[in-house]
Amino acid sequence: MDDIKKPSYLDQSDSVKDRFDRLKDRPVTLEVKNLYKHFETPKGQVTALKNINFKAHRREFVCVIGPSGCGKSTLIRILAGLESASSGSMLLNGNEVTGPGPDRGMVFQGYTLFPWLSVKRNVMFGLMESGIGKVAAEEQAFQWIDLVGLSNFADSYPHQLSGGMKQRVAIARALANQPKILLMDEPFGALDPQTRGKMQSHLMEIWRNIDITVVFITHDLDEAIYLADRILVLKAHPGEVEELIEVPVPQPRDPSQLLSEEFMATKRRLEELIHPPEEADDVSEDKLNMVRMVHVSDDVPSVL
Amino acid sequence: MSSASLLAVRKKLPPRPRRWVTLLSFALPIIIWCVVSYVPFIWHPMIQIENKGGVSYFQEGMLVERELFETEKQTAIAEGLALPEGARANPIYLPAPHEVVRAFYTSFTTEPQRRSEKWLHESLWSSIQVIFWGFFLSSLFGVPLGILGGTYDFFSRLFEPFIEFFRYLPAPAFGALAVAILGIYQAPKIAIIFIGTFFQQVLVIANTTRKLDASLLEAAQTLGAKNKSLLFKVVVPGVLPDLYRDMRILLGWAWTYLIVAELIGTSSGITWFITQQARYKNFENVFAAIMMIGIIGLAIDMLLAAIGARLFPWQKKEAEV
Repeated sequence: MDDIKKPSYLDQSDSVKDRFDRLKDRPVTLEVKNLYKHFETPKGQVTALKNINFKAHRREFVCVIGPSGCGKSTLIRILAGLESASSGSMLLNGNEVTGPGPDRGMVFQGYTLFPWLSVKRNVMFGLMESGIGKVAAEEQAFQWIDLVGLSNFADSYPHQLSGGMKQRVAIARALANQPKILLMDEPFGALDPQTRGKMQSHLMEIWRNIDITVVFITHDLDEAIYLADRILVLKAHPGEVEELIEVPVPQPRDPSQLLSEEFMATKRRLEELIHPPEEADDVSEDKLNMVRMVHVSDDVPSVL
Repeated sequence: MSSASLLAVRKKLPPRPRRWVTLLSFALPIIIWCVVSYVPFIWHPMIQIENKGGVSYFQEGMLVERELFETEKQTAIAEGLALPEGARANPIYLPAPHEVVRAFYTSFTTEPQRRSEKWLHESLWSSIQVIFWGFFLSSLFGVPLGILGGTYDFFSRLFEPFIEFFRYLPAPAFGALAVAILGIYQAPKIAIIFIGTFFQQVLVIANTTRKLDASLLEAAQTLGAKNKSLLFKVVVPGVLPDLYRDMRILLGWAWTYLIVAELIGTSSGITWFITQQARYKNFENVFAAIMMIGIIGLAIDMLLAAIGARLFPWQKKEAEV
């Protein structure tokens, strides 16, 4: 039991504890109640999500994490209204919602910008759909483009932008509708590590400056701890809530905290939950059958 | 340039060799044609009589098969008559390139045999009109139906099974019916082009529409777009570049129906010109007219490709002709 000596992810400093108390006093923006999702497959019914319950408070940053096959993408697609739940309900500010709508913004991993529209037009899309006139929409769009730092690219087309820039446009486009909640499905998954780090800081900056609740799907543990107030950990087959972790790393975050004790403790816990110690029968499958594939007479230097 | 770099698998050729090879694609058939036409000992299965000699039925300028010429020559030797003379020639249906090139000009300036008949440019114009109206009417109905079918499963089920059946019926089979209903002039010809194009068009465009990235529709929905604006602001602009490319290919198909269509009712247009000239054995005019169809088709396609590149600047540059 050498774990006892290491600080636990449950230990919170007074200021962090105080912040979580205040956070939980805020009104609930999103409430998921008894959510189930079944899929019909040729092999019979598969339960993708089983009895999911959680709440996200106003301006909270929730990350959803879990092993592959835990249904985290299905969950966020249900929240966005792109898929329907088999049973259970989803309340936005206390009102039940069904189907997709502009009250929930979504950022996809694959950018999904409209290639035939300029950056400005992409951001204006939702505003025009909501019936705002062209001039007003344009004016608002510029503010959001400015917020994500792409003022110089307002008239560019998506194919002229880098991956990180595209995703910033996608964020601006989702935020322009002023949704209550921003759903993000592994938005930085396709980016290289450096761009990814920048985008994370950028997103934190945006989140601090506007009134938005974020639900963020990721499979990257560091990303989840770095961004989240609380992390919803799912387990696979069927997808169920394993634990809701309050991240003890103080806000505001910056990259220097990646090595702090709270960070490491949280990461240890996530590792435990997501990559549990492998059972004996799994090992034999994963072990490679190693034979030295060189000729006897070859003088091969050792890599060690 | 080593052959290895010329034949690299799925690698683009460097620009200079690329241009040369493109040129070669047209040059090769022309070279073969020239060789067959101008090198007397290659092919040339006929003899053009220059001097009839003692053979009573030979005439100057007449084409006879080489074998026949030889037999007659032997007969003449045996009978001690004057020997016929002639030069090797190709059959009348293979004019030499320079004759066809000349025909490109002369076929336009040759007056029609009869007053009621049309000049070549009038015939060509008539053909282009048939193509235009056939394709225009087909697109007028085919494009909206295709987009609806590709967007809504309801319309897909409503139209496509029947169209799938109908497209196997060969358009020319409707020729007699078209004449009975629409008369003998341009209308039945336009109808044949329409039948030949429309059913393919609906299916091709429905398929193209279905290929639109579904996540664009999902993104639009999360931005508040509903049924009608999904269709007009996402599906339509989203498929437009691919649809445009489909239309270019379909227009090519419409041209292939032209000759059959123009034989229906009173023969007209370029087809009338071709059959008429073949009857007079002016095969250089026939070749010129056939090539004109190809040149007009290719020119229109290249023009449309250039316009497309302007219209859809966000599309990745596709390999143009």
